[in-house]
Amino acid sequence: MNAPLIGARIPRKEDYRFLTGAGQYTDDVTLPGQTYAVFVRSPHAHARIKAIRTERARRAPGVLAVYTGEDIAAAKLGTLPCGWLITDVNGQPMKEPPYPVLAQGKVRFVGERVAVVVAETAAQARDAAELVEVDYEPLAAVTDATKARAPGAPVIHDIAPDNTCYVWALGDKAAVDAAFAKAAHVTRLEFVNNRLVPNAIEPRAANAVYSRAEDSYTLYVANQNPHVERLLMTAFVMGLPEHKVRVVAPDVGGGFGSKIYLYAEDVVVTWAAKQLNRPVKWTAERSESYLSDAHGRDHHTVAELALDRDGKFLALRVRTTANLGAYLSTFASCIPTILYATLLAGQYTTPAIHCEVTAVFTNTAPVDAYRGAGRPEATYVVERLVETAARELKMDPAEIRRRNFITQFPYQTPVALVYDTGNYHATLEKAQKLADVAGFAARRKASEAKGRRRGLGYACYIEACGIAPSAVAGSLGARAGLFEAGEIRVHPTGTVTVFTGSHSHGQGHETTFAQVVADRLGIPIENVDIVHGDTSKVLFGMGTYGSRSIAVGGTAIMKALDKVIAKGRRIAAHLLEASEADIEYERGVFRVKGTDRQKTFGEVAFAAYVPHNYPLDKLEPGLNENAFYDPTNFTFPAGTYICEVEVDPETGKVTIERWTAVDDFGKVINPMIVEGQVHGGLVQGIGQALTEVCRYDASGQLLTGSFLDYCIPRADDVPSFVVDTCETPCTHNPLGVKGCGEAGAIGAPAALINAITDALGVKDLPMPATPETVWRALRTH
Amino acid sequence: MAVRVSMKVNGKAVSGEMEERTLLVTFIREHLRLTGTHVGCDTAQCGACTVIMNGRAVKSCSILAMQAEGADITTIEGVAAPDGTLHPMQAAFKEHHGLQCGFCTPGMVMNAIDFARRNPNPTEQEIREALEGNLCRCTGYHNIVKSIAAGARAMAAAK
Amino acid sequence: MRAFQYHRPASLAEAAALAARPEAKLLAGGQSLVQAMKLRLASPSDVVDLGALKDLAGIKTDGRTLTIGAMTRHAEVAESAEVKKAIPALAQLAGMIGDRQVRAMGTLGGSIANNDPAADYPAAVLALDAVIHTNKGRHDVGTFFKGLYETALAPGEIITAVEFRIPQRAAYMKFKNPASRFAIVGVFVADFGGGNVRVAVTGAGPCVFRQTEMEKALAAKFDPASVASIKVSPAGLNSDLHASAEYRAHLVTVMAKRAVEAALK
Repeated sequence: MNAPLIGARIPRKEDYRFLTGAGQYTDDVTLPGQTYAVFVRSPHAHARIKAIRTERARRAPGVLAVYTGEDIAAAKLGTLPCGWLITDVNGQPMKEPPYPVLAQGKVRFVGERVAVVVAETAAQARDAAELVEVDYEPLAAVTDATKARAPGAPVIHDIAPDNTCYVWALGDKAAVDAAFAKAAHVTRLEFVNNRLVPNAIEPRAANAVYSRAEDSYTLYVANQNPHVERLLMTAFVMGLPEHKVRVVAPDVGGGFGSKIYLYAEDVVVTWAAKQLNRPVKWTAERSESYLSDAHGRDHHTVAELALDRDGKFLALRVRTTANLGAYLSTFASCIPTILYATLLAGQYTTPAIHCEVTAVFTNTAPVDAYRGAGRPEATYVVERLVETAARELKMDPAEIRRRNFITQFPYQTPVALVYDTGNYHATLEKAQKLADVAGFAARRKASEAKGRRRGLGYACYIEACGIAPSAVAGSLGARAGLFEAGEIRVHPTGTVTVFTGSHSHGQGHETTFAQVVADRLGIPIENVDIVHGDTSKVLFGMGTYGSRSIAVGGTAIMKALDKVIAKGRRIAAHLLEASEADIEYERGVFRVKGTDRQKTFGEVAFAAYVPHNYPLDKLEPGLNENAFYDPTNFTFPAGTYICEVEVDPETGKVTIERWTAVDDFGKVINPMIVEGQVHGGLVQGIGQALTEVCRYDASGQLLTGSFLDYCIPRADDVPSFVVDTCETPCTHNPLGVKGCGEAGAIGAPAALINAITDALGVKDLPMPATPETVWRALRTH
Repeated sequence: MAVRVSMKVNGKAVSGEMEERTLLVTFIREHLRLTGTHVGCDTAQCGACTVIMNGRAVKSCSILAMQAEGADITTIEGVAAPDGTLHPMQAAFKEHHGLQCGFCTPGMVMNAIDFARRNPNPTEQEIREALEGNLCRCTGYHNIVKSIAAGARAMAAAK
Repeated sequence: MRAFQYHRPASLAEAAALAARPEAKLLAGGQSLVQAMKLRLASPSDVVDLGALKDLAGIKTDGRTLTIGAMTRHAEVAESAEVKKAIPALAQLAGMIGDRQVRAMGTLGGSIANNDPAADYPAAVLALDAVIHTNKGRHDVGTFFKGLYETALAPGEIITAVEFRIPQRAAYMKFKNPASRFAIVGVFVADFGGGNVRVAVTGAGPCVFRQTEMEKALAAKFDPASVASIKVSPAGLNSDLHASAEYRAHLVTVMAKRAVEAALK
């Protein structure tokens, strides 16, 4: 108890169950009377449904029911809602086409759910699904967002005849135009930020059970925010009383954004569970995940940076077309806008910025937040431009950054955010030292002597995390609050159960949050357990995304701890016959200041529950407190990544030789866990830049529908990393924390493409930089 | 048609009736209710379903249960000591933070144990190549590689 | 996976009789077949598991040839001291197939009977001038691989062993598909001495093939420079998401050059 817990590399409390096979993921839950659902999905990207014949499927062995869109319509279920309203440049609300849980008359992407078969076994459901006959009238399809806006393009939704959801803008256009007019130099890039498939290794799953006795539902679901799932499902889609629905997100095998959303399958199995009065389970096969999980990114961008003669940034102009897919997923609309354009200042003092975003419907799977969500796209814009500008001006890429770094805080950017703190010089310098940038020239020579090319690239990223001050988010269109809730339940013997609305699906909350609580209370970490992921246990929660858990969820816990300690002081004052003002709390002990008279935390807890000697006239018994915390600002993690690659010019194969990451996450609770988050984020970012892309053909068929064609990095594709931190504590939360979950994925793509373009001596290269892409760039250069 | 299969799993003789098309992983998860072995894909890439069969790590999603007739199988549930003490490879994963969400972990550990038995002192590159059949989306592999190096050493030392 | 009837014959004759059923499929290691069945790309009526035929596995050499039983697993070939001694390149190739879990199950016979255009073994079988022994006789490799997933095997014909000629030196170079880890291009070069060099290419075309221009050049001089300048035509080569025909053609030359370098080491 004497060693500080904040900042300690504590092995994770959750590991034992995962290492012994005792984790309980949604598909591991099998209930008495379990039935199994299989969805019939559209093979067409765009088609009218003329008829669905289900008789043969219904007669197949083991089949309990087959439901189609007609059944859903008859049951008057609502459509899937979108949680963020974007207002377009003309003041009009975005176009919100209905997103039915089973197709209504038309399908708009390959993989859209057309019918569901429920049977006694999964194999029987699968067999019967093949017997559902659907007559389609195929329609012309469009998958590319730019083409979807061209005149004559197929119309996907009647309410959006130009397939445009909104045109949105942020920043001072006149100031930007004026700055460009007098700029000494303009750097321009046009590129695609490639569409990605999140690919958590646990496929999505949902298992719903209905109780006639209680008229209530329980839904087990692989989800990152069970309370949000419940709220959206009950209030917006099913019209159920919220208190009659329990949502449990048990162990969840990774999310990366893809399990934030309310999906059609979750609604359908919940509804079907009541129809059949049996539990109904659906588990995605990986092929289904590729077709129907929300995808990420998919921007086409033209970006220009205006500079003066000395390399000072004068203005930034960005035009982006964002592909939203066929329907609006839960948070789709805010990703290419609020979480993108607001980050375009990066770490720099660029005085004028203007960004215009056109969001477009296409015949592809819906696109939503994927690790980083808008911020990797923004970082890619800024950091590719900056590096390219340095090369064009023959400046050192680190020096051009230094000249433009923000150094005064708080800093109001021209794109709405106020950075509270940061030290960008510190992360850059530390990274340069760790990366031995000074030795790069010699290493390049050595590579060249072997017939290889070598390059080095930087990315100095910033992100806005800890979403969000609810009032700010609300003024920008959020339809939900973005606080977090926590509860501290002190047991009579002084052990503690913590309930948090944050959800852990790999992040290690059960350890990190326990460290925070044990440290604040001064009790052994073994005496603290964290509970999350169950609406029947946790009071409320907005869940885990946007690297918000420790900054928002952790602060809610701190606020509840403050209340516990405040009450404890009053109890201790009574027990010690002292004035409350004289009671101090430190290391698990309430003490009368300046004396050795004291009561331990356990003694005070015991008194609260066995109130024989207790100020019952002034205080309720018990020691159980909760708190809701709504942040006052975003947090702003930032850092520098330096990547060094070697390219085999004969094959085009890129090898990452060195990777250095120096991040400023503010206070670090558990460095071991934080480093793990960085490693994982980096490899997802490396995947985007080097191996991953989701491709549809022109007719809307998914070409990369399995791990055989969509390449997520393997162990031998990536190096070990050099990871370190600098620390400027966040100024507006008590822990001084900023969040670390997405940084790697945000900063990595730009650093890697900067390194490869440096090695090749080319201005630009499309992502992913596959061997053939690199080989072609070398041949044409 | 229902058929019967018998094998040894985690040291115990087991048997069950099932359809002929039942995969080994389905038999393990659904019939034996040993849910530590996971399914993360349908094309045999992810390796979450890895078990040790007759002394070699294999993907139980790519094997019919009937192919395992008479086989000796170890799943993640059969790795720790009877008193619950972690196997050295499991302990190394914990110590080096070689897991995050835990979903790929059983497959990683099973493959790592088989690998380390054959290669007690592997290089980093050998470990990375040995993980070609196991996908992880959380850890970036960095700490998995460290875990396996340490676990292999610990296994060799425990011999 | 659709329903089927499962058989585990105890003799080769019984297996052959079952395999002759019209919609039957032989199951060796199952690393391709089970996948195809799961995705419902293959739906045999009968699955004939060769797992009980222990005689079909094994490795033996007579100094001139190396014979490997059809049911020998890739891992066994990769680890075999006999293979490493006789044809180290073959052990190396076996150690590059799929991943280590796949290698624990996958078999030589299964691989070449399936004749996946991107599989590794066909390159070795073709370059090492192998003889394919079956329950019905023998096939020379020159007429065995017929085309995309097509071989000279008749219905009910079961590969029992493959007899490789031992070269003086050989090497296999593979440029992997980053996602599937199959070969985008794999080149096996074998030098039997006396100007007899064979170069087999997998992954690049619809079926494994010999690169005769390179064979001639290497017969004249077994040196990387002999093949480095040979331009391969992209005509007829595979083109897909991962690599165009033009890139594959280029890689054939690069991999061949590197294979010769490796063989000389």
